[in-house]
Amino acid sequence: MADVLEIRGLRIEATAYPPGEAPRHLTLVEDVSVTVGKGRVLGLIGESGAGKSTIGLSAMAYGRGGVRLTGGQILLNGRDIRGAGAADLRSLRGREVTYVAQSAAAAFNPAKRLMEQVIETSLVHKVMTKAEAEARAVALFAKLGLPDPESFGRRYPHQVSGGQLQRAMTAMALCPRPDLVVFDEPTTALDVTTQIEVLAAIKEAIRDTGVAALYITHDLAVVAQVADDILVLRGGRKVEYGSTEQIISAPVEAYTKALVSVRSIAHVEKVFSDAVLAVQGVTARYRGTNLDVLAEVTLDVAAGQTLAVVGESGSGKSTLARVITGLLPSGQGRISFAGRVLAPDLAARSKDDLRELQMIYQMADTAMNPRQTVATIIGRPLEFYFGLTGEARRIRVQELLDQIEMGAGFVNRYPAELSGGQKQRVCIARALAAKPRLIICDEVTSALDPLVADGILKLLLELQAREGVAYLFITHDLATVKAIADKIAVMYRGRVLRYGSKTDVLTPPFDDYTDLLLSSVPEMRLGWLEGVLAGRRMASAGN
Amino acid sequence: MKLPFSALLGLCLTAAFVLVAVFAQVIAPYPIDAAVGGVWEGPSARFWLGTDTIGRDILSRLIYGAQVTLFVALVSSLLSFAMGAFFGFLAVVRGGWIDMVLSRLVDLMMAVPSLIVALVVLSVLPLNLTVLILVMGVLDSTRVFRLSRAVAADIAVMDYVEAARLRGERQSWIIFREILPNALSPLVAEFGLRFIFAVLFISTLSFLGLGIQPPLSDWGGMVRENKDGLIYGKAAALMPALAIAALAISVNLVADWVLSRTTSLKGGRGA
Amino acid sequence: MHPIVKLVVQRIALGLLLLLAVSFVIFVGVQMLPGDTAQAILGQSATPVALANLRAELGLNEPPLTRYLHWLGGALQGDFGKSLTNGTDIAKSIGQRLGNTLFLAACAGVIAVPLAIGLGLTAARYHGRWPDKVISGITLATISLPEFVAAYFVIYLLTQVVPVFQPVAMIFPGMGLWAKLHAVALPVIVLVMVVLAHMMRMTRAAILNVMQSAYIETAELKGLSPMQVIWRHALPNAIAPIISVVVINMAYLVVGVVVVEVVFSYNALGQYLVDHVAKRDLPVVQAVGIIFAAVYVGLNILADVIGIIANPRLRHPK
Repeated sequence: MADVLEIRGLRIEATAYPPGEAPRHLTLVEDVSVTVGKGRVLGLIGESGAGKSTIGLSAMAYGRGGVRLTGGQILLNGRDIRGAGAADLRSLRGREVTYVAQSAAAAFNPAKRLMEQVIETSLVHKVMTKAEAEARAVALFAKLGLPDPESFGRRYPHQVSGGQLQRAMTAMALCPRPDLVVFDEPTTALDVTTQIEVLAAIKEAIRDTGVAALYITHDLAVVAQVADDILVLRGGRKVEYGSTEQIISAPVEAYTKALVSVRSIAHVEKVFSDAVLAVQGVTARYRGTNLDVLAEVTLDVAAGQTLAVVGESGSGKSTLARVITGLLPSGQGRISFAGRVLAPDLAARSKDDLRELQMIYQMADTAMNPRQTVATIIGRPLEFYFGLTGEARRIRVQELLDQIEMGAGFVNRYPAELSGGQKQRVCIARALAAKPRLIICDEVTSALDPLVADGILKLLLELQAREGVAYLFITHDLATVKAIADKIAVMYRGRVLRYGSKTDVLTPPFDDYTDLLLSSVPEMRLGWLEGVLAGRRMASAGN
Repeated sequence: MKLPFSALLGLCLTAAFVLVAVFAQVIAPYPIDAAVGGVWEGPSARFWLGTDTIGRDILSRLIYGAQVTLFVALVSSLLSFAMGAFFGFLAVVRGGWIDMVLSRLVDLMMAVPSLIVALVVLSVLPLNLTVLILVMGVLDSTRVFRLSRAVAADIAVMDYVEAARLRGERQSWIIFREILPNALSPLVAEFGLRFIFAVLFISTLSFLGLGIQPPLSDWGGMVRENKDGLIYGKAAALMPALAIAALAISVNLVADWVLSRTTSLKGGRGA
Repeated sequence: MHPIVKLVVQRIALGLLLLLAVSFVIFVGVQMLPGDTAQAILGQSATPVALANLRAELGLNEPPLTRYLHWLGGALQGDFGKSLTNGTDIAKSIGQRLGNTLFLAACAGVIAVPLAIGLGLTAARYHGRWPDKVISGITLATISLPEFVAAYFVIYLLTQVVPVFQPVAMIFPGMGLWAKLHAVALPVIVLVMVVLAHMMRMTRAAILNVMQSAYIETAELKGLSPMQVIWRHALPNAIAPIISVVVINMAYLVVGVVVVEVVFSYNALGQYLVDHVAKRDLPVVQAVGIIFAAVYVGLNILADVIGIIANPRLRHPK
């Protein structure tokens, strides 16, 4: 059987034009070879910058923004499309190979109805008549579980939800009966409970249409559910290439092993001690609205321990952080910290209150002033809270840098000269500089690649053991929660649904939402997706 | 760091104009307001650019004109900049009703073209340098206000500013240490544009006879004085217009370069 | 009521409110500036008695608000009072001159709009290549020129170097259309130059902005031809920003017209305004100022309304 796609010795290059500097030449991908047979799914996995999207788009002979395919062969249905002419490329794009983008919200034209866009490819390539295309689109909408498939296509992109749009984009890719579909992180932007539905819909659609697929993602657990084979990439080169089963259960390379075992930090919960922070019946709303974004939230954080607050977007978990820090004064309720009652408004709090309650942000990029050096960023709290200057301050900055496992060479660097993980470490050092009792960590690992995130979590646990600092850890990622939490609060629509020690919260019986949330987190084993779906079907049949 | 040719050219020309303006009294071969030759003499060794409609040396008048033009433009753009940036930052940092009142006031001023407002105001006020500089400075400060308010508002929502607030920093630290260093490069480029605008504005007013009044004369006024010469085919009459164009283009080239070096607000060391 | 109708009505109401505020500032604000109208008319040598008489006659002794309301009432019915300098009826003087100004602006618009859009499209189509660089370079140069400087370059070129036109633009009633067009050719060329650069740059930016959207990449990956991508996906989203660019630049023309009319001694509203500023004839200045302001505000409202109507999110709410 002929392969739908065969890539041999692919090399991809680009030229970067940083503002105010000389152009720089970059090799993005080097010596990558893969094959995808009919009806097979190949997963491309790697961290940001691994070149996985670039390879995915090369299957359509497309280079984004000045990217050039400079070497090797890309055989689509047996003929080399690298360097094919514009007219040839047009005739194969959309007919033989189609594309599903990460952000369907941006990839749909806002000025046109969904149906018009979904069937456009079929009509342009004269694959079928308009009536046939519309009938097929409706059938695909139904198969992908979209509501009201008959009339769904009459809506505009902004009139449907993110998860629905992602499924509509899958329908758009499948409509012209292509031989190959490139899925570029199709579920990354979605909440975990939506992700599982879209993932299942995509998997079923791939199976039923018998199409070949490239599935690009940074999440090994996700790709393990849909792919037959997996190519692990790093820095544009192949690390390991094999069947999904082999990669998951018997990885050969050290890097793959690290990816497979990521988030396997064993953390035994501590026995609850005295509370350093107590939130009692807090209710809050934004000015000018009458909707409670937080409703009667009550929870404690024990000294030297970690409370993980988990929830999806819109659950109010980040608002909780703003209320505790005083950025959004609470309407009702009481917050006590280290035995004192905290003023609701930031401006009314004492310097010690501010010092002992520190915060670390999700985006380390925007959390540091780009015009300040690491020495200033970490040194300012030392000067501000403890009056340290000159040599004393310099020594303390160096101690803090040692604690976050960064050397003296970083003192005079600017944030732009640090990697993502290093930036987050500097933010941790800045928080530590204040000698806090509690640090609020707002999604601190979700913008990072898995291995880097793992390093940050380990560092946080070590610092907790050494300094006795407590964490209020806000996240949407249950794997992180399991790794770090002593207690857990599950939030949903501004309320705490479930609250207790880690073991209690993660042990059945569950309420419906917690059950849905916990069961939606992809696990790194084959057949997990089918298992969960079968379980859910049985449960709904039982009801 | 490599300087592109266009920016280098702009910098050199701008510097040359500034030097000429500063040392006008030393450089100019003839006094500003004396008929030293015949009417409309052509270029010669005595009068490099010829003489004007009443026999004054055009080169000398151009040199003195540079002084007046650059002085008025510089002072009024400094004024507009100081006012606009101060109120723009104030609006962001204080927010609330202060922001409301300032923004609505600026909306009102910008609802009508500056030239029309200036003409209406100048029909009542006496015509002298102070009034001209004040009117131009105030009118143009509205644009600086909008820009600095937008830039500062973008920065003020950054997490590092929130982190400084959570640390308990005073407002002065937040403005001068967190916001200002990051707002500087767009504002520097904007200063160039405001300066050009001031040059064009004062030239236009003088051309309309409502700007600098004799015996002082700026380039716009010179165009007005010599406009008949053009109809007689005297190319020298174009010189003041050429000077305005050259100055505007050179400052534009510099501003363009500064702007292109302005990296995004989020990261990078930038200029 | 459809939410979009509500938004449009709101925007128009806000614009009218703004215009009212502008008229208030032009009338009352100007009265508060140091300067005495009666003194301006009679000169420094006037006797106090004569000054007092004239003030009473002009109604200057009444409170500013009363005078404003009186003036506003008249202005709304097309009565702007009488000129201080020669006692003629202002509305009458404005009438014909306004026609001349609109004729000039319309001629410039008819040429500049298609040219600017065409050049903007070309520059965007060849983004970063030589046609873009040439067009952008030339527009950067012309954008730095004030109207009257551009005017003198054009005059020198087209009346001296290549003498095809007259440096003065006179039109009068009874002239044929062709003669009229020939007469205004030079001022129109200047206005086109001045407004073209801005309009072209803004058009280019608007199109590039659309062309960089993810949905354009989607369309390319569907195998659509460049023309199909532009017609089906870029244009429906670019049309609104382009129209608003055009309208905003028509508003710029309002200012350009004032200076260009003076350069060419073209007997129209701008020339009339500048003359009477020099003569310190406040009622005339206020009347003409308010007309220019109204045109400018009106065009800006139009641009906003088009933007609202063209937004699919507002046209098809959830």
